[in-house]
Amino acid sequence: MSTTSDTQPRITSVEEVKAALGDRLVDSFHKDDLWLRVRTDAWKSSMRTLRDTLGFQYFCFLSAIDWMPSPYGRGEDDPTEPAPERDTTIRQGYAGGETRMQVFARVSNPVTHVSVVVKVDVPEDSLSIESIHDVFAGANWHERETHEMFGIAFDGHPDLRNMYLPIDFEGFPLRKDFPLLARMVKPWPGIVDVEPLPGDDAEVGGDE
Amino acid sequence: MSLTDRALGDRQQLSYIASQAADARLNVELETEGMTLNIGPQHPATHGTLRIIARLDGEQVVWAEPACGYMHRGYEKLTEVRTYPQVTTLVNRIDWLGSFANEVPFILAAEKLMEVEAPARAQHIRTILFELSRIANVSLFLGDLGVQLGAITPVFLAFRDREYVLNLIESATGGRFHPNFDRIGGLKDDLPAGWIDETRAVMKKLRGFCDQIEDLLFGNEIFQSRTRGIGVIPREVALQYGLSGANLRASGVDWDLRRDTQLPMAWNKADWKVWTHPDGDSFARCWIRLQETRESTKIVDQLLGSIPAGPVMAKVPKIIKVPEGEAWVSTENPLGEMGYYIVSRGDLGPFRVKIRSASFNNISITPWLLRGVYVPDIVTILASLYFILGDIDR
Repeated sequence: MSTTSDTQPRITSVEEVKAALGDRLVDSFHKDDLWLRVRTDAWKSSMRTLRDTLGFQYFCFLSAIDWMPSPYGRGEDDPTEPAPERDTTIRQGYAGGETRMQVFARVSNPVTHVSVVVKVDVPEDSLSIESIHDVFAGANWHERETHEMFGIAFDGHPDLRNMYLPIDFEGFPLRKDFPLLARMVKPWPGIVDVEPLPGDDAEVGGDE
Repeated sequence: MSLTDRALGDRQQLSYIASQAADARLNVELETEGMTLNIGPQHPATHGTLRIIARLDGEQVVWAEPACGYMHRGYEKLTEVRTYPQVTTLVNRIDWLGSFANEVPFILAAEKLMEVEAPARAQHIRTILFELSRIANVSLFLGDLGVQLGAITPVFLAFRDREYVLNLIESATGGRFHPNFDRIGGLKDDLPAGWIDETRAVMKKLRGFCDQIEDLLFGNEIFQSRTRGIGVIPREVALQYGLSGANLRASGVDWDLRRDTQLPMAWNKADWKVWTHPDGDSFARCWIRLQETRESTKIVDQLLGSIPAGPVMAKVPKIIKVPEGEAWVSTENPLGEMGYYIVSRGDLGPFRVKIRSASFNNISITPWLLRGVYVPDIVTILASLYFILGDIDR
């Protein structure tokens, strides 16, 4: 069993990560945390380098972000009115990006307690990236969840079955263009959920 | 293939081959047929509705997988249509036994984006309530542990003493299970009069409870023989699967987010110890939790004596808008690392929240861990991993 981890060096700078990742690193952002963005074709090899060379052995989580603002806003539209026009320009967050969907993961070094957030663009045409379940075994379930919620495929994943939703469920709930149906049928905090009594001209709606 | 990959694959295979070899003669004579055993969705070992599908060869598990999703409530989607103060109501219900501890990392992440810091008094009280919810949560685990192994007494002790802690939480926050007490910039209210003395007395009782459980359970021969050497998770495997909290420390990783991250909380103002265990078996995981409960009572005791004076709420605008940015905050919750990744667009509500809950990772190791174990051990291993369904499915 490997015991080298106890002598892993402490990451002190972005430069150290840059040196280890080389041209696989596309962009980085440093605030209180460190955000990295790696090339899509080097996703798995970058994660492997982070684990083996820089000692990020602890797998925290993996998920995705849909950067397109929701066309439904915050679900507070009046369903009886025509839907308002909304700006759905895609704008990525820290460490930039080029695609609407991004997968991001967080890994930590259990000795020095330093962590990084690694992002990767997901190509729009194939909507798939490499699976990292054989680098971090814990990514297995996280990838399944991400596949189910965002419709992103992970090449080489052994088993992308649904975890939560029924097998014949259509759509990807965490995508921004998937409407939150409960809000569509009944807006909240209630525009129409309290019906006025006859002769009652008090203001209709919740108390906020 | 790297060293850790091989360690993972080899161990899995070896444990299976070894167990097969041990039973080979028996199997030849009896010609056992494989069968599938469903454990749950309702089972006392599962704290909710988890279903485990296990394929058995005789008494041995060949393949096992938990079927989640009976309790998925879609919190990540719901947060996108809520305002920041409304989200605490939702996240309260993730790990329902330690609710206050769920609110804290979310509030801290929002405060980080807003560059607001709670006053020292609020930080102190937050830490005390955080530790109280840990005690309430883990004392239930300690009692429940006995039931899984056929001991009835501990559960009565646990429910009796946990009640004192819940009463304390209720008298301070107004809610026994879902306090919803944490606010961006501080706390909803100050502590009620007489609360500090009462808490001291309860902490003394709880230390007595820990001693009792240690005598009754951890010293018990049956308990030891059913947990020692069962469900061993090596250090590398635990890290790869992202196990956290007591499960990780039981595998010898000295890492506690309360000590090792810089957060505006008061843990560093108390003197306490992070316990680790080298074994990584079921016994180690239970033992660590027992020690942690003790440490928690010590933290609470020390912090009660040094609560600074002052307000419990910083100056924050009435309508909370969080500036654009991304932030991650995680804390050492009763079940392990619980964190929120918030993406804000300067709106009233978050753009995206990724909820990293401890149990999801903790339970994802079961397909690997349950391979090759015997049926009665499934229950003790699950009990020792300690998960809460709301924390898996979110």
